[in-house]
Parts: sequence; structure tokens; C-alpha cells
Amino acid sequence: MNVSIQNRRSFLKKSAAITIAPGVLLYSISQAHHAEKPVKSTTRWGMLIDTNKCVGDCTGCVDACTEEHNLTEDVPVEIKPTWIRKVTLRDKQTGRESSLPIMCQHCENPPCVDVCPTGASFKRDDGIVIVDRHICIGCRYCMMACPYKARSFVHEALENQKPHSPRGKGTVEACNFCVYRIDTGVGPACVEACETEGHQAIIYGDMNDPDSAINQKLKEVSSSVLRPDLKLNPGIRYQGL
Amino acid sequence: MKNVTFCVIEGKSFAFYGGIIVSVFFILLGLFAAYNMEHHGHIITGMNNQVVWGMPHVFAIFLILAASGVLNVASISSVFRKIFYNPLARLSVLLAITLLIGGLSVLVLDLGRPDRLVIAMTSYNFKSIFAWNIMLYNGFLLVCAVYLWFMMQRSMQRYYPTAGLIAFTWRLILTTGTGSIFGFIVAKEAYQTAIMAPLFIALSLSLGLAIFLLVLLIDCWETNCSLGEGILRRPKKLLGILVAGVFYFVLVYHLTHLYFTGRHGVEYFVLADGGIYTVLFWGGYIFLGTIFPILLLYHERFTKSRLSVASAALLTIIGGISLLYVIIIGGQAYPMEIFPGKEIISSSVLNSPTMYSYIPSIWEIMLGISGIAIAAFLTVAAVRILPFMPRSLADTDIDETFKG
Repeated sequence: MNVSIQNRRSFLKKSAAITIAPGVLLYSISQAHHAEKPVKSTTRWGMLIDTNKCVGDCTGCVDACTEEHNLTEDVPVEIKPTWIRKVTLRDKQTGRESSLPIMCQHCENPPCVDVCPTGASFKRDDGIVIVDRHICIGCRYCMMACPYKARSFVHEALENQKPHSPRGKGTVEACNFCVYRIDTGVGPACVEACETEGHQAIIYGDMNDPDSAINQKLKEVSSSVLRPDLKLNPGIRYQGL
Repeated sequence: MKNVTFCVIEGKSFAFYGGIIVSVFFILLGLFAAYNMEHHGHIITGMNNQVVWGMPHVFAIFLILAASGVLNVASISSVFRKIFYNPLARLSVLLAITLLIGGLSVLVLDLGRPDRLVIAMTSYNFKSIFAWNIMLYNGFLLVCAVYLWFMMQRSMQRYYPTAGLIAFTWRLILTTGTGSIFGFIVAKEAYQTAIMAPLFIALSLSLGLAIFLLVLLIDCWETNCSLGEGILRRPKKLLGILVAGVFYFVLVYHLTHLYFTGRHGVEYFVLADGGIYTVLFWGGYIFLGTIFPILLLYHERFTKSRLSVASAALLTIIGGISLLYVIIIGGQAYPMEIFPGKEIISSSVLNSPTMYSYIPSIWEIMLGISGIAIAAFLTVAAVRILPFMPRSLADTDIDETFKG
């Protein structure tokens, strides 16, 4: 008797998983932005990083970024491409410590885009700041201009690049918000890794969409941006900093 | 004012061939360095993700500033109508062109992708001061070439003062642009100040005149051209004023920073605790590059000697390069304040001690020196081919009313 009930429950669970999972998948694909369609300026991609949930010695987001974009060059730290880094801070007055990842802040008014002589550094209509590797001449002026030290220069020839994330010797690069994933409705690799680690310290989404989780969370909690004095309006916001 | 005759240099002396051989040697070394940097990547340089502009940029900006400043002599002649400078105007414009080509060559060969120069020339972001500078540099070459043409061709001489005025205005805008490359950087505490533009203008004037005086002294020594005391006296005094002018802007720059509490850190770094940057600021710029030249140019004991004029010019150049090193590299080596009010207690990158150090590699120095070699080679070749040099620079040959 008990065995047959358990079997029936197990059968129902599996059936539900088999029928609902593809439905959820199909729904998310249907809702995803089509890669061929132009991005919309009504969208503003952003992240909210909860420093209270970010665990000091966890490097899940950094490792995921390294893996996703193949940032595996074995070079000294001062020339190593670093699209995201973990930092632990202590408040000079209170002594309170907090841990957080820092990457390209995808500013609304990005200094790197202002200074780029060829227009290689540009901001998409949806707020993502990226580098067009085809017209980057490697002058590094954007690296001088970035107040978050978020950009890296490729100092040597690269091997085994990932087709979805091309890189190039002699050009500048930074976090691209995993733009090819975003365009197909999948979240950035660092966000996924943080969830897998069970910390869920990063929420990403369209900050302009009133129904998005990030929009609602930003309305609910107090958040801050790095270097607010510069008035760059970054797309990366921090909670508990 | 007498009619000054110009001539080409004979080009048979040991100094002429020596100059050509030495400059070609350094140009080849620079090209070899550029090839290696292109082939292996910037990993062979001392530059990194913090100090992204290094020794090549110090040389390049030095040459670009000098190019603009060396036009002083021609401007004084054609814009301010001082006849004593007329015979030297051709050489002044020639040096402006050759120094700029030298500086731009270094800048281009240091790019991560020098093969994409065409993109830099065709794809513009008009909000970028860097893009503006590309246009200003190219335009300056064109303006100087036309200026020189009007100066040298008798039938075009009525347009010569207008061309001189355009060149004078252009070079002020150009140096404003070069200074603003740093002045417009909001991210770094050492920069983001409008005084960078006038500071760079003043520096360009002193460097340019120092180089001009050196070239003139060397050239007259090599060609045995008589060089009068009267013609040397004016630029000599002017050099002293310009060196003092640069010091004034440097003083105001530091006083402003010292007044802002938020910038005390970067001031302490440059003035007291920056290692090589502090040494170069006080030793290179203040003592060697400011106090000594002023002493050599104004103290009665030294002022009559040509050696002291040459030394003062050389020291002004050393001081200028030291100041540029402190501004360009020191400004980057000082860590940015990303988290005001917080201290970084752990980060694999942000608090790595090697991140903020910069030691130029031999490749960078080779590339930088090649810029000077390119300018020297082009100048020597030009004065051999076209009549840039006056036959005599004796005071009475220029102004018969000269009384010493």
C-alpha cells in the first residue's frame, strides 16, 4: 500500500517536472529579447549587490567570470585581465567590514565612452557599456578615465578564446554584463554563480521595468553607488555598504 | 633690417654624418622595440593595468609640447614683428614640424593596435579630447607647412603674417588640448583640474625655446656660422621668464591641491612620499630644471658664457621631462579613491604592492628616444636640402643699427 502511494507520488512529481519545466523554459524563451532585434532604450540593465549576503572568502562570481570569458592568462596580477574582483572593506570610522564584488559599473554617463577617440567604447541603448574590439586602437585612455579601475588591457597574445566572448591582444576589455547571455534571456555568469553558491547576493534585471525583481527591491531597500560625487549614475548598486 | 640670405648646410662635416648615423641608429632601435611590443604585446613593457601610460608617453608628450613651443621664435617674428627673430623663423617652423612628427610616431607605435591608425584617423568620437587632439596635431602639421611655404616663397610673403597668426593661435589651442587630456580626467586626483592647460602651454613654451637655443648653438658651431651676442640675448632672457612661468603654474597647481583636504593624499605622495616621483619633482624639476637654469641665465657670473646658455637650455629640458614624468606616471601610480571613507583590507588586485609600481623597460626607453632621433634626422636632412639656415647670424648682419 505504502509502496504504491510512494510510487504514485514519485510518478506525479516526475510528470510535473517533465511537463512544467519545458513550459517554464519555453515561456522564458518567448519572453527573452531576440538577439537580432535592436535593444531598447526603455530598458536599463543593472545589478543590486547585497553586501550583507556576500561572503568574504567566496570567489564564486570571480571564478565564473574567469571561466565564462576564459580570462585564464598566467600573468602577474598587475597585468592580469580582471573583469570582476572581490574586495573586503573596513569603514574607517566604525570598523564595520563588508565584502563585495566590483566590476564595470555600466554608468549612465560613462567617462570611458566620453574619452574614447574612436568610439570603440560605447553604451548600448539598454545601458550596457562595452568595447567594440574591431575599432579599439589600444590607446588605454578609457583606462585612465575609469574611476572604478574596471578595465584591463590585453598585454599578450591569447589562445583558446571562447567564441561567444572574443578578446584581442592590444585592446581594452571589461565586464560586458555577459551581453550575449542577456540578449538570449539568460542572466550574467556571476549572478548565476552567486545563486549556485547559495548566497543570492546579486539581483540583476531591468531597473526600469516596474515588475522586475531589481526594480521592486530598489524601491524597498536603501542602496548606494560607488563614487556618487561623480554623478555617473552607475547601473551597479550596492545594499548595506 | 638687412636682407638675410639663407643657405643649405654643406653636409660634408664629421658632425653632419655623425648626426645622421646616430639618429638612424636610434630610429632603428625604436622600430625594433615597436616590433617587439607589437609582436609580444605590452607584456614586455613596464606598463600595467594601473600605470597604463609610461615612458613612451613621457617622450611623446615632451616632443609634442616642444613642437608647439619651438614655434615661439617664428611667432615673435611674424606675430609680434620683432625683426631680430626673422632670420630664425624658418628653423623654428621646421623644428615644430619635425618634433611633432617625432612625438606622434612614438604615440602611434605605442598603441596596442598601431595597425589601426587608419581607424584613429577616420572614426571619430567628437566628445573625446583625444580625438580633438588627433585633428589638432594633423592640422598643426598642415598649418606649419603652409606657414613655411609662405615664409620661403617671396610671392606669397604678403600672406605670411596671417599664416603666422593662424599658426600661433593653433598651437595655443593644440597645447590646451594636450593639457586637457589630463585636465579632463575626473577619475584621478592628480588630474581633473583646468590649470593643466595653461601649465602645459607654459611648459611647451619653455621646452620649445630651450630646444631651439640648443639646436641653434649646435648648428652654428657645426657650420661655423657667426652668431651674435645680440641675437642670443633676447631668447636667453625669454627662456628665464618662461622657466619662471612654468614654476608659477606648478606652484598654483600644488597650492590648490594642498588647500583641498581631499587631495592631501596625492600631494603628500608627490611632494614627500612618492619615491622616484618625489625625487624627480624636487631634484629633477625644482633644482635642476628651475633654479639652476634661472641662475645660469640671470647671474652675472654665468650669463655671458655660451656654455651656460646651452647648459641652461639642457637643464630646462631635463626639468621639463622630470615634471612630465611626475605628472603622467606619478598621477597614475597614486591609487584611486574608489571607496571614500573605507580602507581596503583584502583584494587580490587593489592592494597588491606591485600594482602601483612602474619601472620602464628598455623597449619603452628605446621607443621614446627614437622619437627624438626621428625629429633630429628630419631636421638635419631638411637643413641639408632646403635653405633654412641664415648665412650669418652676426648682429650687424641682421640689424645694421645694432650697437651691442
